[in-house]
Amino acid sequence: MIRTEEMLLNVGPQHPSTHGVFRLVVKIDGEIITEATPVIGYLHRGTEKIAEDLQYTQIIPYTDRMDYLSAMTNNYVICHAVETMMGIQVPERADFLRVIAMELGRVASHLVAWGTYILDLGATSPFIYAFRDREMIINMLNELSGARLTFNYMRVGGVKWDAPEGWVDTVKEFIPYMREQLKGYHDLVSGNEIFLDRVKGVGIYSKEEAINYSLSGPNLRSTGVKWDLRKDEPYSIYDRFDFNVVTREEGDCLARYYVRLEEIEESLKILEQACDQFPAEGEIMAKVPKIIKPPKGEAFVRIEGPRGEIGCYISSDGKKEPYRLKFRRPSFYNLQILPKLLIGQNIANLVAILGAVDIVLGEVDG
Amino acid sequence: MSGEKDLDQLKREAVEKAKAAALAKRQAKAAGEVPGSPKQEDKPAEQALVQDEKPAETAQEQQIQPAQPAETPALAEDGDDLAKKKAAAVAKAKAAAAAKRKAMDLAGGTAPAEETQAPATPAEEAETAGATDDAKAKAAAAAKAKAAAAAKAKAAAAAKAKAGGTDSADASDDDKAKAKAAAVAKAKAAAAAKAKAAGKPGDTAVAETVPAQVSPNQPFLDKYRKVIEENLGSDVLEDSYINKLSKDVPTLVAKKDTYFKLAQFLKYNELLGFDYLSELHGTDFVTHMEVYVHLFSYKNRQSVALKVKIDRDEPTIESLQPIWAGANWPECEAYDLLGIKFTGHPNLHRILLGEDWVGHPLRKDYEPYDVEV
Repeated sequence: MIRTEEMLLNVGPQHPSTHGVFRLVVKIDGEIITEATPVIGYLHRGTEKIAEDLQYTQIIPYTDRMDYLSAMTNNYVICHAVETMMGIQVPERADFLRVIAMELGRVASHLVAWGTYILDLGATSPFIYAFRDREMIINMLNELSGARLTFNYMRVGGVKWDAPEGWVDTVKEFIPYMREQLKGYHDLVSGNEIFLDRVKGVGIYSKEEAINYSLSGPNLRSTGVKWDLRKDEPYSIYDRFDFNVVTREEGDCLARYYVRLEEIEESLKILEQACDQFPAEGEIMAKVPKIIKPPKGEAFVRIEGPRGEIGCYISSDGKKEPYRLKFRRPSFYNLQILPKLLIGQNIANLVAILGAVDIVLGEVDG
Repeated sequence: MSGEKDLDQLKREAVEKAKAAALAKRQAKAAGEVPGSPKQEDKPAEQALVQDEKPAETAQEQQIQPAQPAETPALAEDGDDLAKKKAAAVAKAKAAAAAKRKAMDLAGGTAPAEETQAPATPAEEAETAGATDDAKAKAAAAAKAKAAAAAKAKAAAAAKAKAGGTDSADASDDDKAKAKAAAVAKAKAAAAAKAKAAGKPGDTAVAETVPAQVSPNQPFLDKYRKVIEENLGSDVLEDSYINKLSKDVPTLVAKKDTYFKLAQFLKYNELLGFDYLSELHGTDFVTHMEVYVHLFSYKNRQSVALKVKIDRDEPTIESLQPIWAGANWPECEAYDLLGIKFTGHPNLHRILLGEDWVGHPLRKDYEPYDVEV
């Protein structure tokens, strides 16, 4: 009989598989994980504290830096919260620009999730493909907003810039290209036996556990919960588009992988419809007061980001700065289940399970 | 060793300093105006709404009490539907009309049309000023000045003033016509809100059956209240209302000692079944601390906000972690940033800032502290 000895293994904070500055203190017995303690906060910048001294428009750039892989949805959530409180009706053209920008962001974010996940599992080339295609999206968003990642594009009541000449056509052309690429992704990875061995049946949790642990987004839908805020609590103009909510029943890493890839497809559907219905002209900003002062009271809104529910709570005392601002950051909530998933797993599965949660540390730490 | 001790002592001193500073600040604030909870002041209005179900009644009631016109805007402001601004405009116009009528009654003459939007306070001035023509002129001047001051607010509400405008135009005729007009304007606002709310699928059916005045989520709130009252007794809730600003979410305010029991009930009662904790955080309202929990039921596809007010100096409350595992980290965050202690939490620690941090940054009395500075 082999005698094993308990060992403390420190993963991170600087480790490529943690996708940022995330530390995991793991106790292993032989190769089996007996305890895992996540340590976070390395990237905490106190956004909520800073925001208490800022006007609402000034807060928007800070939201870019939370989930920096999908900054458009973060931009949107704070604008949406303020608009909800003030009852501002956003012009149609602005709504279309927002939806196109957000869906492009979602595709880009899922591409990173896909590429880095496969990279974590040991295959290099899919990562290069994913980043090549993501680069095209980033270029488009760059044309739109003037920035590659930290867009600062949306404003309370609309968007900052109108689409440049021919921009919508560029997006339109990208859609069939991306569809073709997606097929290639599946050919390249989805059926690969080594890949399947690493992810199939690994990191399983049930529907009830997912709900109990406040998981959202692909992490929740991979267990069969058909819930997407774009569909079920429609905001902006999402109720105008026809798309499916992707779900899987298995609840393992492979299910999460498939949900993300298929969500790219659904996002492309939305993009296609949005580009077709894009209004030829119109305002991009609603009539809003120069200084934005939401009425006294509080509001909590939530939207569907690529990683799950992004929420924004504002408590206003009628001044131009929020009295209290709170972001519900999906990665922070999604990561909670990790210690539970890791216990009893082989150490080699650690990276596979962590990667499938798809976290962004800027968002975890806030 | 001694170095460590020094550090500890420094820290302790810093904490004491921060506490003293906080105390001084609070006292100073108590002496002046307290920027307390925005919610607190709205309470009476909310409760008023709950009691007045029918729009016509509400309108009538407001007509009967023009003696305190200053209160009417406050009442209407939160007591109305999604279209809060619209309602506010109506209320303002009403108050102004009432003021005008008072002034007219006393002075026995007619006033220029621009006066109709003047806020309530000049009316009181007019009242005390007397019934002479001189006083009337004075009142008119005061009202005009006030109107000019309020011009900014008016401009903002201009788009929505349509309803208010028609209202105030009719108002000068007589009480009955005015009440009618107010009711019509209100119904209009409510209908608009309803139409907006009807956009949500699932809510459509409900929206059609409820009276125009009431929020589409009112039946849900009533249901929650009823179920809670039947099972837990009548003194579990401190308050409950529809939060118009937050997409009409039904909001329950628990008492401190019933918070855990209520949370448990919300999850495990089969009629409620709030199985998902979407969000948990705390807020420092200076007069008290508040924990805000947003719950969701995947079975019933309904949201509810649960709030509890706790003491600011000893912020302690039961942890919800045993009920929803997802409350684990958010509670740690609330502890870290606000110092709220959650009893029964399995591992309450400073999740973001680290254990050696001094103070809780999101408290309003927080003083940044650095040993090396």
